[in-house]
Amino acid sequence: MSRLSISVTLALVLGIALVMAVLNLALPEGAALHVPTYAVSLAGKYLSYAMLAVAVDLVWGFAGILSLGHAAFFALGGYAMGMYLMRQIGTRGVYGNALLPDFMVFLNWKSLPWYWHGFDNAGFAILMVLVVPGLLALVFGWLAFRSRVTGVYLSIITQALTYALLLAFFRNDMGFGGNNGLTDFKDMFAIPLHADATRSGLMVATAVLLCAELLVARYVVTSRFGKVLIAVRDTESRTRFLGYRPEAYKLFVFVLSAVMAGIGGALYVPQVGIINPGEFSPANSIEAVIWVAVGGRGTLVGAVLGAVLVNFGKTILTGALPELWLFALGALFILVTLLLPGGILGLLSRRRARPAPTTPATEPAE
Amino acid sequence: MILLRILLLLLALAPALARAEDDPFAGLAGSYDDISNAVAALAVSGNAQAEPAIAALQAGRLFVAPDNSLWIKRDGGAVNARTGAPGEPPGALKPVRQNNAVRRATEAAMGSLTLFSADPAVRAKAAAAIFEQRDTAAIPALDRALAKETNPAIRTAMQQARAAALLSGNAASEADRLAAVEVLRARGDMAASNLLESLSGQPKAVAAAAATAEASIARMQQMWSLAQGVFYGLSLGSVLLLAAAGLAITFGVMGVINMAHGEMVMLGAYTTFVVQQAMQTYLPSLFGASLIVAIPLAFIVSGVVGIAIERLLIRFLYGRPLETLLATWGLSLTLQQAVRSIFGASNRDVSTPGWMSGADQFGGITITYNRLSIIVFAALVMAALMAVLRYTPLGLQMRAVTQNRRMAAAMGIRTPWIDALTFGLGSGVAGMAGVALSQIDNVSPNLGQGYIIDSFMVVVFGGVGNLWGTVVSALMLGIVNKFLEPLAGAVLAKILVLVLLILFIQRKPRGLFPLKGRAVEA
Repeated sequence: MSRLSISVTLALVLGIALVMAVLNLALPEGAALHVPTYAVSLAGKYLSYAMLAVAVDLVWGFAGILSLGHAAFFALGGYAMGMYLMRQIGTRGVYGNALLPDFMVFLNWKSLPWYWHGFDNAGFAILMVLVVPGLLALVFGWLAFRSRVTGVYLSIITQALTYALLLAFFRNDMGFGGNNGLTDFKDMFAIPLHADATRSGLMVATAVLLCAELLVARYVVTSRFGKVLIAVRDTESRTRFLGYRPEAYKLFVFVLSAVMAGIGGALYVPQVGIINPGEFSPANSIEAVIWVAVGGRGTLVGAVLGAVLVNFGKTILTGALPELWLFALGALFILVTLLLPGGILGLLSRRRARPAPTTPATEPAE
Repeated sequence: MILLRILLLLLALAPALARAEDDPFAGLAGSYDDISNAVAALAVSGNAQAEPAIAALQAGRLFVAPDNSLWIKRDGGAVNARTGAPGEPPGALKPVRQNNAVRRATEAAMGSLTLFSADPAVRAKAAAAIFEQRDTAAIPALDRALAKETNPAIRTAMQQARAAALLSGNAASEADRLAAVEVLRARGDMAASNLLESLSGQPKAVAAAAATAEASIARMQQMWSLAQGVFYGLSLGSVLLLAAAGLAITFGVMGVINMAHGEMVMLGAYTTFVVQQAMQTYLPSLFGASLIVAIPLAFIVSGVVGIAIERLLIRFLYGRPLETLLATWGLSLTLQQAVRSIFGASNRDVSTPGWMSGADQFGGITITYNRLSIIVFAALVMAALMAVLRYTPLGLQMRAVTQNRRMAAAMGIRTPWIDALTFGLGSGVAGMAGVALSQIDNVSPNLGQGYIIDSFMVVVFGGVGNLWGTVVSALMLGIVNKFLEPLAGAVLAKILVLVLLILFIQRKPRGLFPLKGRAVEA
């Protein structure tokens, strides 16, 4: 993850985003170089996935925490944004109720639940996008790292966490729209959401925030703090014996990563137009991990590359040959782990690519 | 004793009551009140023609001729209701009119008439109907029926019906009522409790007895519902156990994170489907045994697939648990899609053989046979698994390899082959679980996904590498889940259990029964 590759990535992400936005807005529909709005939204979706991937890479690639529940933070950020967007609908819902969102009217609720208060305010909603995933990560991470739950055990309980959230958000009486989730958004910051300019603007904003995230992540991992983090990843007990407190390092990076994932989710929702409990499904979290693995674990840039490439492939395959997508994804998992442990970036770099293993290679559990 | 004496007394009275009406049929041609009274009288008259006449009235086939004679219209013509002889009605027929009072009376009358049916099931049903309706008029009929009844279960039902009727009327003496309360207390279910609660205008002693009886029934009910909860919990626990048993081998003993474990279960369920289809076509006479046939086949199918997975994929990833996790997840997606492509995405119909359907009542708990079979099956599978590990040469070599690979290799054990067989055994057990789960869950490509997280939680909770720990944790989780369900609802109960488990693992990362010694440090 050289300075060069980061700069190239930042330039590419921002450049492509800006060019797409300009081509979408400046050229009339039907012009040869016109970029249709759906492509702009699609690009925005990929970029918000890339934010999730960077978050996963930060914990997996640099702290050795294979989180199989990161999509939960993504979805929580998305729900916080979705709640704000729901409040923006106001009286334009099907029931025209100024006080309650449609699904609450449908469920015969009389008043707004307490946790919906404040979401009329954009500032509060944005704060919640950061605070809710961060807080969950703080509590969960504090419990897990303090008692030294590591490796696959941690992976399995993160998966159980997102699974529990999935079940919870499916319930109607949670007050988050149950099965259908939150949708039918109209405005964002009082700007109509479906206008071409809004779409392009959101996409560019996602690109900018993704670049900011990359820079923050790079700053963290190249700092002194990051060096200790990598030491924790490679030999946690040795680092502890040297007098460091691995749990504190892991907790910080876990919370940071959760907040990053939450921002990704918050940008994902207005561009996709819906957030539902399906986003919590464990499969989503594991897919995010494979994006990172495809691009190259522990490289940050690889996470962006992997997220965009895999999702681009998914869009094409599910459109053309829907039967084949799961085969392709499954094969991707197997081939990347067996044959391409360094991901695409590992293949590209001349030196013998082999990311530092999480645990020193040992024989199967003895 | 008191009860018997009352019964004898009532038996002596019964014929007298029956004689009171000279011609019970006469009223049927009169007003609504007359009809209701006539029906009630007919019901206790013992007249052979009473039943067909009242049944015809209920069906709207009873008619009155201008001369007040009664006729039952059948498909081929008319029958005289009094004599049962076919004949030609004199003049135009008018239907016997019915209002709600008449309908109630006919219903009650049919209840007491069927008390004398030759079919025990019909008699039992009749007694239950009277219990529901608390029809005082049915007491004489009940007494006569009781005198003839030999089946003890139906006798009890009749006595209960009689007690219910007696308490609801106002003719009986205090001693009779107390005896009746006692009968109801012995019945001990919700219906009896409701009946006791609804009593009013009883003598003081009876009211007090009823209150005591009610409380005692409530206690009994609580005990029974506790027992029922334990049964449901055991049944859920054995489902979890079955799903987790294979994982206890592959993950617990070998340390391989197999995310495709659920798909081994799914393959077992689809094997059951294929076996049933084949047997339906070629051996329909043995269809009842299809599950028994499917069990070894599912073991072989999943086991062979498991061995193939170990040889082709997992052995390259030993010592890299996180990579194993990702690769086997990819495998699970591939297997799901393969099954979806072959069998279609919709649920497949796996039928339940006759001997597994139905239920039995043991005291206050209902035991359905399919749940019971799964509990028994889970116990058998675990026993077989432990026996294989403990008493067979293969099991000995497996334990040797997992405890000290190098030493085992030095003793001449082909460790790679044992790895493959161990993995095959775990997968095969998952396949057998699939046979059982096909009976209670939808057989779809997603079947396995629903169990994978639960299975891992069970194994981790019980302590990795410890089969007994897996048993205890599966049953515990099942029972806790079932007891939380009435308090919090099914979904919330599951969430609570997951959260509790997450918290538990934080406190005891190595499960309930951690392995001790050097093996832990590997």
